[in-house]
Amino acid sequence: MLRLENITKRFSNGTLALETINLEVAPQTIVSIVGASGSGKSTLLRMISGLEVPSTGQLSWNGQPIQRSQRKISFIFQEPRLMPWLKVSHNVRLGLGPSPDREDEKLVTEAIAKVGLERFAHALPRELSGGMAQRVAIARALVARPSLVLLDEPFSALDAFNRLKLQNHLLKIWAIDRTTLLVVTHDVEEALVFSDRVIVLTGQPGRISEDFFISLPRPRRRTDPEFQAWKQAILDAFDPSLLNESETLGEKSYASGH
Amino acid sequence: MGTSANKRTIGFSAGFPEENEALPFAEHSKRSVFRVHNTLGWITPAILIAGWELTARARLVDSSLFSSPAQIAAELWKITLNGELLSHLEATSLRVLAGFAIGVSAATVLGALTGYSGTARRLLDPLLQSLRSIPSMAWVPLFLLWLGIGESSKISLIALGAFFPVYLNLMNGVRNVDRKLVEAGLANGFRGFALAKAVILPASLPAYLTGLRQGLSVGWMFVVAAEIMGASRGLGYLLIDGQATGRPAIMMSSVILFAICGKLSDGVIATLSERWLYWQDVYRT
Ligand SMILES: Nc1ncnc2c1ncn2[C@@H]1O[C@H](COP(=O)(O)OP(=O)(O)OP(=O)(O)O)[C@@H](O)[C@H]1O
Ligand SMILES: [Mg+2]
Repeated sequence: MLRLENITKRFSNGTLALETINLEVAPQTIVSIVGASGSGKSTLLRMISGLEVPSTGQLSWNGQPIQRSQRKISFIFQEPRLMPWLKVSHNVRLGLGPSPDREDEKLVTEAIAKVGLERFAHALPRELSGGMAQRVAIARALVARPSLVLLDEPFSALDAFNRLKLQNHLLKIWAIDRTTLLVVTHDVEEALVFSDRVIVLTGQPGRISEDFFISLPRPRRRTDPEFQAWKQAILDAFDPSLLNESETLGEKSYASGH
Repeated sequence: MGTSANKRTIGFSAGFPEENEALPFAEHSKRSVFRVHNTLGWITPAILIAGWELTARARLVDSSLFSSPAQIAAELWKITLNGELLSHLEATSLRVLAGFAIGVSAATVLGALTGYSGTARRLLDPLLQSLRSIPSMAWVPLFLLWLGIGESSKISLIALGAFFPVYLNLMNGVRNVDRKLVEAGLANGFRGFALAKAVILPASLPAYLTGLRQGLSVGWMFVVAAEIMGASRGLGYLLIDGQATGRPAIMMSSVILFAICGKLSDGVIATLSERWLYWQDVYRT
């Protein structure tokens, strides 16, 4: 169980990015965070992972304060962030931390197989396509069997086809491992395909304005009228001034952000 | 797995077929070997030498000032046979090697330190930067005073020259490591020394190698200064000796030998760079 109590974040330049965030994430669930650009979504994930320190408030994982050395949390960034000098298998092995056990080599092979890149285990990052590189990043994040995975717009740099493949892939992995996933996304449909729960952050500083528990059965179909009804409800929770724009631009472009 | 292009699967359950059918990747081939076969690089010098020889034979230049390639070759051959050449080469190379090794060691420690730690940088960098702005020749009399005319003053001067390029490049290399890669390391539990080893050092290796190349070339520059300030052996001594005894062929031999030594030793680092940086994603022509 991940718990955030009264978290605020003020950057050293004075920007107040997040205010009074209270949140509990149940184990083995998928929770999405949506919200306008600048509402503090990335900041929230970075604090949970320890890359930023909250200005006030408590962060705890299974009742213990989250330390910077927390090993059971992994992060999937918007870009793959692979070490260009390491071949794929060694990049994946980084996910095991600085001192992996010898037996863990098996985990590396498995993680690479799960993302379908067995034959690229010896390839260098510069020899991969964007989608393949992001799959290596997924393998690196999952290799240590984390209990919580933080994903910051993990698929937004990919084309629609690769995005669907990777979403599907992540869902399959989740169905087996039941890792808790906390996903930041611009894409309301993506949030709905994934999540047990969709949290809407609004404003600057960001606050949690809505918290939807999605009762749709899995696998979810985007064409389902109920799916569309949820989507509308979530879009309505966004800044109303943006909503008019979404009607003229079409929902698709609204949902995918900028 | 089949190769039929028109086989269709519905849904995504088929995994990632295109990559599964791709050819397996071999263990990565480190980008290869010495470029001895750069024949193009020889063309320009060959033409120049031929033109120079012809000009000399046509007596268009005063051969008592400007020796012809044939005269230089003859002179080189002579000092090769009597063992003088080897002795000069040895003396100069050992000085450069020793000075370079000392300069690089100090620069590596200090550059890594000031790059990694802001406190160390604020403490040490201003001093080092101001030392850097002292013209190298200004050190010569001081080194002679402190260390005498022997090897230690020469080696120290070369070490000083090699130090700064390596130091600066490494410090900036470490400082400018991509934050995104560092965060990827942090997010995977790498801290302190483990982070330095896994992320920061490899990421700053290109800058470090650039520094080594520059440092080595400065080392060859400084060895001339060091040998001119007093030596009984070495390519710099050969130059001064040729001047004193009025033998332009010897002086030009010395200059040519400097060019060859510099190029060869630079080639060693360039080759190492290619081997170690094979992973770089750069545009190559
Ligand atoms: N390192 C930083 N220093 C100062 N301010 C920052 C820093 N990082 C983010 N901010 C500010 O914090 C606020 C939230 O930024 P954040 O990156 O969390 O937004 P976001 O919701 O992820 O936006 P996007 O959807 O565009 O990625 C913004 O106003 C931003 O300017
Ligand atoms: Mg963001």
